[in-house]
Amino acid sequence: MTQRIVLPRLGTGTAWRDSARVCLAMNLHPNDVRWSDTAEDSSLFDAAPDAPPAVHDQAKVPKAFVSLAQSVVWHTDADRFDRLYAALYRIRSTPTLIRDRADPAIAQLRKMEKAVHRCQHKMKAFVRFREIGDPTAPRRSFAAWFEPTHNTMEPTADFFAKRFADMDWRIVTPSVSAIFEGGKLCFALDLPRPDFPEDANEKLWTTYFCNIFNPARLKVNAMTSEMPKKYWKNLPEAASIPHLIAGAPARARAMADAAPTLPPVRTARVQRAAADFDTAWKGPGDALGAALSACTRCPLHATATQAVAGCGPDTARLMIVGEQPGDQEDLTGQPFSGPAGKVLDGAFAQAGVDREGVYLTNAVKHFKHIVRGKRRIHQSPDRTEIEHCRFWLDAEIRRIQPKIIVAMGATAAMALTGDRRDILKRRGHLETGLCGRPVMITVHPSHILRTPDKAKQNELREMLVGDLSGAHAISLTETAM
Amino acid sequence: MASKSLQQKLAVLSDAAKYDASCASSGSNKRDSRDGKGLGSNTGAGICHSYAPDGRCISLLKILMTNFCIYDCVYCVNRVSSNVERARFSVDEVVKLTIDFYRRNYIEGLFLSSGIIRSPDKTMEDMVRIVRKLRHEENFRGYIHLKTIPDAAPELIEEAGRLADRLSINVELPTDAAVEAFAPEKNPSQIRKAMADVKLRRRVSKDKSHTGRRPAPFAPAGQSTQVIIGADAANDLTILKQSTRLYGSYDLKRVYYSAFSPIPDASSRLPLISPPLQREHRLYQADWLLRFYDFQLHEIADAALGGNLDLDIDPKLAWALAHRDLFPVDVNTAPRDVLLRVPGFGVKTVNRILTTRRHRTLRYEDINRMGASMKKARAFVSALGWSPHGLSDTADLRATFAPPPEQLTLF
Repeated sequence: MTQRIVLPRLGTGTAWRDSARVCLAMNLHPNDVRWSDTAEDSSLFDAAPDAPPAVHDQAKVPKAFVSLAQSVVWHTDADRFDRLYAALYRIRSTPTLIRDRADPAIAQLRKMEKAVHRCQHKMKAFVRFREIGDPTAPRRSFAAWFEPTHNTMEPTADFFAKRFADMDWRIVTPSVSAIFEGGKLCFALDLPRPDFPEDANEKLWTTYFCNIFNPARLKVNAMTSEMPKKYWKNLPEAASIPHLIAGAPARARAMADAAPTLPPVRTARVQRAAADFDTAWKGPGDALGAALSACTRCPLHATATQAVAGCGPDTARLMIVGEQPGDQEDLTGQPFSGPAGKVLDGAFAQAGVDREGVYLTNAVKHFKHIVRGKRRIHQSPDRTEIEHCRFWLDAEIRRIQPKIIVAMGATAAMALTGDRRDILKRRGHLETGLCGRPVMITVHPSHILRTPDKAKQNELREMLVGDLSGAHAISLTETAM
Repeated sequence: MASKSLQQKLAVLSDAAKYDASCASSGSNKRDSRDGKGLGSNTGAGICHSYAPDGRCISLLKILMTNFCIYDCVYCVNRVSSNVERARFSVDEVVKLTIDFYRRNYIEGLFLSSGIIRSPDKTMEDMVRIVRKLRHEENFRGYIHLKTIPDAAPELIEEAGRLADRLSINVELPTDAAVEAFAPEKNPSQIRKAMADVKLRRRVSKDKSHTGRRPAPFAPAGQSTQVIIGADAANDLTILKQSTRLYGSYDLKRVYYSAFSPIPDASSRLPLISPPLQREHRLYQADWLLRFYDFQLHEIADAALGGNLDLDIDPKLAWALAHRDLFPVDVNTAPRDVLLRVPGFGVKTVNRILTTRRHRTLRYEDINRMGASMKKARAFVSALGWSPHGLSDTADLRATFAPPPEQLTLF
């Protein structure tokens, strides 16, 4: 004998779950249960369900099925409850079935779930309220008429309650209506379609709709696929769509016809490429920063955020030159503000050097990198980039007139001595730089960071500290070399 | 001159705002007004409340505060040398429009932009005043997207970021040279600095203090930018190169590509042809491949002849056709990164394949049911009961995907 179960139109989700639990507990085969949401089409041979047994061992089903069922119950398909129960019956013995996207029955349920979600989404988007109360009242009231494709009023009402909590509203649909008054949400069945007063804001909204439309990019299918015509009758702005479409080609043509002809645009580029650069900075010292940030001598400027100038007092006796700004420095505009800067600060402290008294700069002023996904990977500057940027390094050296310059790493050594080889062999000794001043070569703090071996790291760190304190001592001696 | 009515102003200032492509309202922090003390909510997912016949979604009230502007950017409808009608909203007008539209469920929030009046600081200050009033006096909890003016004072940017969900600064054109040529008053390095500044402020706002306190969020929906396509001569590769750099350097949520479309009273220096919508579409597809499919720029470049993407077929298909030696792949054994490269398979399809094939061997019909576009994928995959045989090697495979050749018209 077939069991017949009639579910109510309100609270369908919980009612289905409770009944399904009972059926499972009674071990009813899906063929022996018939589900419906209307009492009218009851057949002669249907039996009222037996008094539900007390359910002690509640069936365990995967969470994913519960959320699937809680959406599918709102579908308008007459067999939705039967389909769900049939799936549930199978899932009880094969729980992995819910993850099988290709099983025809599960795929069908997923399709129905998607349709319900879409309907809910469209309801959130296309409900249009009209003001039905006094606009100056402390609690304003609004109402809307909406025709959803599926039975989605009840599961979607919470969204509106959370969004419009400081006003009274009601959404009337042909079946279930939601009413929110004084902060309380309730539902009603089969309310007649109400007549709302005109709302002046609909005219403003239509004005906005017409003017935000760009007639030069008519794409009617893209609109109707997302806003199907079945919704148009309850959207105040939709009345203007036909004349917007009809007038669009003429409006686009008018814009083009009104325009005069086109002169070539490459003149500026050609002129810029022809302009040549000075070989040494001749401007006043305080204009150096502004000129540097406008530098376009090499292509690095186009990919970096900004040129990072050196920092430190003009009277500094010790100048320290690194390689180039890193990711952090490129964003902040301050040299040695990233991880390498931290290592350098540590070395300063150990060597007894005051960072504030030192002039810190880089051989290359723009950050050279390649992008991998969301990260920027450092790249060493090449010979021509170093050559171009020496213009700025020389200008800084001439302004600061340091007693000694420390070149950290191969790039700085290249910029200051013209030779980037054998850093570890040359470090700690004084050389004469291209600018004629004494240069001491040492390791770069980033090199320490990139060395995986701890012991080796400490060894390199000691070298850096030793070289810094040596250079610091020389910078304090009075006689020039 | 008689002063304009609210409706006239709305007409002028929404017309002026339509060339900004972004209308997203997604990705911000979740909030609602269940407590009854405010208006609005944000679920994290965006909602498009309407669609215009240009196919673009209308999610936000997208308006300019004013379309008066002291700049002379050639491509812009609001440039100082254009003869378009001008208008200006008062602070209260924008606030009232936003609240009235929001209460009627027309919009998710406000996207406020502006022409530059008097000075960048003055303009930014007025925009911040509108948003401050919405947030503090009206207790508005909907979405706010604010266009930032690159040269505005840091404290204004700071306040804007605390009040708005998203900030954006348009890089406008694909190369610095083009900006110099078309927007003489704008400075590309200033724009980059402003984006770096927003990134740094966002990073600071995410650092918890030692007591575990979280600072106030700064632009929780991130920052985005827009590039105009087809106004200058830059090719697709140049544009994509710029985008990868922007994504990598400044944590952008989106780079919007906006096909240059004819504007009223246009400058004679611009191509007034119908906008290259297909090109815009292909750029978005390539952008997605780079961000979600682990494609590298050089791989897309390989399949792009002359630096431009194939307009007839999508960039993934173009890549697959150029690398047929890697196909067909077996959907039952291929790893994730290989499946992601199959034309017609999206991220969702691949995830479904991976979960389902743990339990059983997949057949052709199974993949079809999982949402894959088998029309494209069939030549590139094998499954239980399906092998493309010679299909992946046929010389005219491309022709089966590309639209049929069209007879040119003489007139």
